[in-house]
Amino acid sequence: MMAHEVEGTAPVHGAHEVDYLRAGAGVRSWLLTTDHKRIGLMFYVLVVLMLLLGGAFALVLRTELLTPGPTVISAAIYNRMFTLHGVVMVWLFMIPSIPNIFGNFVLPIMIGAKDLAFPRLNLASLYVYAIGAVVTLAATIAGGADTGWTFYPPYSTTTPAGVLPVVIGIFILGVSSIMTAVNFIATTHTMRARGISWGRVPLFVWAIYSTSIIMLLATPVLGLTILLVGLDHVYHFGVFDPTLGGDPVLFQHLFWFYSHPAVYIMVLPALGVISEVVCTFAQRQPASYWAIALSSFGIALIGFAGWGHHMFVAGMSELDAGIFGAFSMFIAIFSAIKVFTWVATLHRGAIQFNTPMLYFFWFLFLFVFGGMTGVAVATQSLDVHWHDTYFVVAHFHFIMVGGTLTAFLAAAHYWFPKMFGRAYSEPMGLLTSFGVFLGFILTFLPQFLAGNAGMPRRYYSYPAQYQWLNVLSTGGAYLLAGALVLALLNLLIALRWGPRASANPWRSRSYEWMTPPIPPEHNFPVTPVIDRGPYDYHLTEEEAHARVSTAR
Amino acid sequence: MNELLRQLLFLPEQRSSLAREIDGLHYFVILVTMGGAALITLIGGYFLIRYRRRPQDTPRPHPGAFARPALFLETVSLFALGFLFLTFWTIGTRQFADLRTAPDDALDVYVTGKQWMWKFGYPGGDSEISVLYVPAHRPVRLIMTSRDVIHSFYVPAFRIKQDVIPGRYTTAWFEANEPGAYPILCAEFCGTSHSEMRGQVIALDPVDYERWLAGGLASAPAFAQKAAAEAENELAEAEPTMPSRGELAAAKHGCLRCHTLDGTPHVGPSWAGLYRAVVPLESGGERVADEAYITESIMDPLAALHRGFPPVMPSYLGQIAPPDVAAIIELMKSIRDVPHGPDVPWDGGVPGSSVTPEGVTP
Amino acid sequence: MPESQPPAEQLAPARLAMQFEDLEKQTHAAHFGMWIFLASEVLLFAGLFALYASYRAVFGHEFSAGVAHNNAVIGTSNTAILLTSSLLVALSVYAVRLDRPTMAGRLLLGAIALGLAFLVLKGVEYTQHFHEGIFPGSAYRFEELPQAGAKMFFTLYFLTTGLHAIHVTAGLVVLGWLTWGCFRRRYGAGNDTHIELGGLYWHLVDVIWIFLWPMLYLMH
Repeated sequence: MMAHEVEGTAPVHGAHEVDYLRAGAGVRSWLLTTDHKRIGLMFYVLVVLMLLLGGAFALVLRTELLTPGPTVISAAIYNRMFTLHGVVMVWLFMIPSIPNIFGNFVLPIMIGAKDLAFPRLNLASLYVYAIGAVVTLAATIAGGADTGWTFYPPYSTTTPAGVLPVVIGIFILGVSSIMTAVNFIATTHTMRARGISWGRVPLFVWAIYSTSIIMLLATPVLGLTILLVGLDHVYHFGVFDPTLGGDPVLFQHLFWFYSHPAVYIMVLPALGVISEVVCTFAQRQPASYWAIALSSFGIALIGFAGWGHHMFVAGMSELDAGIFGAFSMFIAIFSAIKVFTWVATLHRGAIQFNTPMLYFFWFLFLFVFGGMTGVAVATQSLDVHWHDTYFVVAHFHFIMVGGTLTAFLAAAHYWFPKMFGRAYSEPMGLLTSFGVFLGFILTFLPQFLAGNAGMPRRYYSYPAQYQWLNVLSTGGAYLLAGALVLALLNLLIALRWGPRASANPWRSRSYEWMTPPIPPEHNFPVTPVIDRGPYDYHLTEEEAHARVSTAR
Repeated sequence: MNELLRQLLFLPEQRSSLAREIDGLHYFVILVTMGGAALITLIGGYFLIRYRRRPQDTPRPHPGAFARPALFLETVSLFALGFLFLTFWTIGTRQFADLRTAPDDALDVYVTGKQWMWKFGYPGGDSEISVLYVPAHRPVRLIMTSRDVIHSFYVPAFRIKQDVIPGRYTTAWFEANEPGAYPILCAEFCGTSHSEMRGQVIALDPVDYERWLAGGLASAPAFAQKAAAEAENELAEAEPTMPSRGELAAAKHGCLRCHTLDGTPHVGPSWAGLYRAVVPLESGGERVADEAYITESIMDPLAALHRGFPPVMPSYLGQIAPPDVAAIIELMKSIRDVPHGPDVPWDGGVPGSSVTPEGVTP
Repeated sequence: MPESQPPAEQLAPARLAMQFEDLEKQTHAAHFGMWIFLASEVLLFAGLFALYASYRAVFGHEFSAGVAHNNAVIGTSNTAILLTSSLLVALSVYAVRLDRPTMAGRLLLGAIALGLAFLVLKGVEYTQHFHEGIFPGSAYRFEELPQAGAKMFFTLYFLTTGLHAIHVTAGLVVLGWLTWGCFRRRYGAGNDTHIELGGLYWHLVDVIWIFLWPMLYLMH
């Protein structure tokens, strides 16, 4: 390849190129596109639909729990409903949310690439996801598994509800995850533009990269394990059925070997978003780039060693419990590195305070509190009381909703101008953000107390003394849902009527903001050569711009 | 202090020997956790306000230099945090070992979980459904297994929880430090009536316990009788179908010590496939096992004895309520299609040999 | 039979996709993607291996008896068959690099034939098992080894070999597609990535069998 460099200060983006939204018209141009940005947008639509669906299930569940006895649905429906809520939120919303929407959209631009390494694989991943979603939902609504999203045998192998179709749906979703993960890892490794060494990769890319490693290694084990449960259920293979010589606890080991790392699949991308938001709005480089980048990696690796803490009361020996407890706490240290580094980054910054930053502030409290309660439940003797109670429910919702969902909202606001070229209403954004926080706290703080008081999870009816905590929680759930819908509306309105945004409204140095307001179809006319880091806030915008040149 | 924190955190009363110690760690961990989260948020919030962008900052690039003191502080905090976690872990590990190791002089009780009830078997041969009577101030070890799916035996007031797993035995232990009735909950999702799978631990004064052993529920203190009645109500809610209620009644009256439900031969004829079967009689002739014959056999078993079985069954006349009889018949109807094993007594001995299992008298 | 030298202009050169700067990067990305995909495949089987290891620890005797009952002759022949087919695939990559796609296509055909032979032998073995009443799970009714452990062994045997057979079938489809491409002269020197990646996949299938072979036929 001939590649002689032309030094120049010409803008990287040629003004003549059509943006990706107008690059082709018609349904075909969308459905058969290989453009990572369009695929990201299609994921956006599907995943938000799933969020609304999962949220609707949550509201039904919370409504049912208003009274100790039956309220609106029967126990059998309730059990199917919480299974649906878990399955939809975990596999259809949480896991694909940030990687498949924002990762797809910004990861290639962030490393100066024109697209992902395998664009057709990316499109296939979208369709596989859609098929998986349809299969899972259809199966659950038609027969429905009533096992909870954890599918513990032998209940899941003996229940009269249909388990195999649901499991097949989840298996298909896993295939989609693996496709995406392969794509992201290969892209990050091989497609970085010249000048973007590993030390200049934006932190969000590090997070997505670490997430992809977990997805790649853990998803096959899960897929196989729950498929075996489905086969046990239909053909009585007995791999996990004690009456046929199987061991149900073995299932838990295999399941959590995936599903514990899966927690980090859900939360690591959120941590990546937060790193971007903090650096951009504090207008300074992270207090320690490598601390954030490598702690993602550390979480990904150590995450594989903590699965046993889900089984302290399943008859685990004291030694094993001790080892798993220690590993679990070790993971918290890595998360703490990130938190401290973000806070240190704020120090002496020039902080612009707006909606993504407000979400960051909520995130800071919720993630730290949720994470610290994670250390609490990893403490073996305390876990005995808390295991399978509402305390655990509150703990993982603090991480999953308080952490991932707030980061998802931060990302939705932060990258909104880049994705659609328009600005959302800032006051409305701040207001809905407050609503989300208040609703969240009201929903899940009482659940910690209910768990302390001894209310087990997955309870359709409960002893009457827990009622008022449940009423508070249900009220909070409605508030949270209302705020989320308003936040969504705010963005939808901005989509059509928002004022036009400039190419770099936040004055960020990260590479995705180098493109025009709405990026053109292939991001860059030619692959750029980049001679600066993504957080070089000591340069003026002109200087930063000058260090990006076009090759050839 | 203990009481204040306990109530603030909504913890149940501490009624086992280990509960108070565990709660001590609980307070420590929760206070540190809350404090840490609040501290980080306060610092973050302070920075957000203190270093907010001022109009004059806007055009100027940030110097970008590291704040060395901040990095130093971060490292120190990390080590402090690691040390804190290590403290949690050390105390937690010791307490966990205590929770798992029953004292040698513990009283053994066998626990069977089943959708959706708890059954407690005592070494003496008695068994109870959903109510576990134990002496206070004495360690009790539970040896547990499940007949169907995974359950989890949870007594919040004792701070104990243990999964109950089919095909293997798990153990838990506690020592109630005060007489009283404490709810048992099932903590592992086990099906439709999972949330109704409740029970009561009734801890009695050692004296009362001896009295209960001798005289049954009638001689137990009033609070125990009330709790037992409550547990029975809960059980009825968890068992809405007639056959399952029949199984409960059969267990309650001790029928299942001699009769099986899966066709396995035992002391008495298995109930599997029995309903409307033709039964050969000891006295010659045969009868169809319909409602009339079953009722008759319960009230006066020796009148028309099934051939090949020892005449050991006592009369239940006046012992068993008519609804229970109806429920038991419904149970038999529901297992009519279960294959029936050979009609031989469980020890394989000759018919009429003196098989007298313990505890046949109701 | 000496291969006729192909006219150079008929060989399609490797196409550079829009998103890559140069062919070198593109090839690197393709290889890298394949390798990490294979890592994922290995973990798929790792779950089954973990199950096998755990249950073998529990039911040592029954597992040994089950292994002894399996037909080691068929298992070993299958190993030889797969290894030979892998060799042919490796040779075909070599042939493509020498710019002799027809030769490569013939080698691949040989590999496909061996792959099919593997599946046929597998089918013969399954039929034998079914005749003896060896089925997976609760359908198992083999009277020589009635224990739960033996049942578990054969269930795992069916699961692992079944999953492997699915991979063999997928591999055969890939090889078939590559063969067709070879005969259409789509590959040649400098454009061997597809053959190489297909070959990698086939070798993986082979390597997994190398683990299954002792697990299911030899370790008794």
